[in-house]
Amino acid sequence: MSPAGVPLSWYLVLAAFLFTLGAAGFVFRRNIITMFMCIELMLNAVNLTFVALAYHTHQVDGLVLAFFVMVVAAAEAAVGLAIILTVFRNRASLQIDEVQSLRD
Amino acid sequence: MLLWLIPAFPLLGFLLNGVIGRRSPKSFVNAVAIGAVAASFLWTLKTLAALWPLDTAHLEQYFTWIQAGDVRIGFDLAVDRLSAVMLLVVTGVGLLIHIYSIGYMAHEGGYYRFFAYLNLFMFFMLTLVMAANFLLLFVGWEGVGLCSYLLIGFWFLRSSATNAANKAFIVNRIGDFGFSLGIYLIYIHFRSLDFAPVFAAVSERPVESGVGPLTLIGLLLLVGATGKSAQIPLYVWLPDAMEGPTPVSALIHAATMVTAGVYMVARCSAIYLHAPLALETVAVIGLATALFAATIGVTQFDIKKVFAYSTISQLGYMFLGAGVGAFGAGIYHLWTHAFFKALLFLGAGSVIHALGEQDLRKMGGLRHKTPITFWTLVAAAVSISGVPFTAGFFSKDEILLAAYHHAPWMYWVGTITAGLTAFYVFRAIFLAFLGEPRGWQHAHESPPVMTVPLILLAILSLVGGLAPVSRFLAPMFPPHEAGHEMHLVVISVGAGLAGIALAWLFYVARPGLAERTAARLGALYQLVYNKYFVDEIYQAAVVQPVIRGARSMLWQKVDVGLIDGAVNGLGARACAAGDVLRRIQSGNLRSYAAWVLLGSFLLLLAAGLAGGAR
Repeated sequence: MSPAGVPLSWYLVLAAFLFTLGAAGFVFRRNIITMFMCIELMLNAVNLTFVALAYHTHQVDGLVLAFFVMVVAAAEAAVGLAIILTVFRNRASLQIDEVQSLRD
Repeated sequence: MLLWLIPAFPLLGFLLNGVIGRRSPKSFVNAVAIGAVAASFLWTLKTLAALWPLDTAHLEQYFTWIQAGDVRIGFDLAVDRLSAVMLLVVTGVGLLIHIYSIGYMAHEGGYYRFFAYLNLFMFFMLTLVMAANFLLLFVGWEGVGLCSYLLIGFWFLRSSATNAANKAFIVNRIGDFGFSLGIYLIYIHFRSLDFAPVFAAVSERPVESGVGPLTLIGLLLLVGATGKSAQIPLYVWLPDAMEGPTPVSALIHAATMVTAGVYMVARCSAIYLHAPLALETVAVIGLATALFAATIGVTQFDIKKVFAYSTISQLGYMFLGAGVGAFGAGIYHLWTHAFFKALLFLGAGSVIHALGEQDLRKMGGLRHKTPITFWTLVAAAVSISGVPFTAGFFSKDEILLAAYHHAPWMYWVGTITAGLTAFYVFRAIFLAFLGEPRGWQHAHESPPVMTVPLILLAILSLVGGLAPVSRFLAPMFPPHEAGHEMHLVVISVGAGLAGIALAWLFYVARPGLAERTAARLGALYQLVYNKYFVDEIYQAAVVQPVIRGARSMLWQKVDVGLIDGAVNGLGARACAAGDVLRRIQSGNLRSYAAWVLLGSFLLLLAAGLAGGAR
């Protein structure tokens, strides 16, 4: 039991909720920026799970993993935003359905 | 004794000329090629002198070539009296022909290539005659066939030359098919391919009365010999082989390679003597070939073709000699034939070199322009005709006498052939050298580099028969009945002289008689003139069916239908599968995300179910 008295299951439910929100947003939204933010949401939902479980079990592994996820998220944000910028420059559009030239 | 040096010199010459001959001056190419063969010749002499009198075979084992189970096939060379004779013929006559080639090929392109091939041929031929087991013999056997192919097709820009080269190679494949089957059979029955143990095992066996394994082996080996030595039914490649340069015809297609079959039969005498049926077949094929080819030789007008049919005919004599049990006489004839037939071809080459013409009808009257060629050719002609005390006389009469004691009718057929031989050889010489010039302006005698070999060969053609070859070889073969009936000798010599006289009558004394006789004979003359239509019959009976079968069956059904069909079918299936699979690849990022989600749901579900089961 955590010091503030918030039970572990609450954290997990919150994380699951955030993750589902992100996944649903990724699938249903069409704006690339929005989808990008949904990815960040999913990553942070997973981070929350890691941290909560690390705290609960008094082990450091989850915290280390959370840092890794943050680093990956930062790198991903840099690369991802650069790609988005280039796509926008070239197509003057941020609609994901219009970006499918790799199909052929 | 370093036997391996004998074939090694020409191999080195081949490598040198083949690799750097192209960028080297002719003098270098000459020095390498002639030097290699001369070294080989001298080393042969030294070896034979050291091993004299060669009562037993001298065997040298160098390394194991194939080791499989208890079978060892080694790179083993051996010299005995039989291979000694062959070595002298191959290196001696080969050396003279190499020297002659300097003059003959002087103005030809691919000079270095010619000599490289010629040296390669010498290497394989020497391997063939010194091999101490059947497999190494087969290596030499195939190697000389390869060189024959390369040299017949030397002028590869002429389609007739490449066709002739292909024909020679393919016809020899048929023979070699039989030959290799014979070798397999030898291995199956004797579990060895070395000459000494195989022949020792053979002589333990009883003489076969019917068709036994030895008869089968003998007949299969004979198939190989008929291919290599141009006997019926596989002789058809040799006349076409005249497309090659004339020194090649002299060396490969007269003096050495084509005699490999005779050598092989003599080498396997133990097998043939225990298989009388196979031996009789050798005799009959030899005799039939001798007569058959001689009749064709009478009607040909291409000087090289005349001598080509003459070669086939004389090889028939050698087979006849071996077939009636007189192996020594067969090899003796091989020895003398090497001199006079090489000389005939080199003389013909000298004429061709002088005129640039091979058709006898366009020659005539060359005697004053090319006296050395004329007189040396006469020496060869009297020798091949069996004029007494020339080389051909001794060997031919020994064969004919042995044939008489085997079956008198063989003697008579052989004697008729001897008359025909004298007739066609002198016909060619009279047509070329006597009478009036028929259509040529300029002719010149060949340079000394060509005439000196001619003179040396002429001397050998006249006196080479004094070498007691068959007495030298006698210990190698069981004795056979050889009579000394004077009247038979007189008759066969008479046949030869009659042939010469008839040629004189037809082509010198009464010009025009030949044409009138040909016209009177009509259909018969046409039949012989067209070589009994054998090429056409083979074309219709073998070549065309094979081509048609290849076209309609192998090409259109097997190749297009089966092989192409299988490959194209696989390709089409792959395309169809890809067509289905590519629908997943929509390019729509959100659908990919949906698939990922679905996948992870399914994984979770599976994990949950598996966990639940646990």
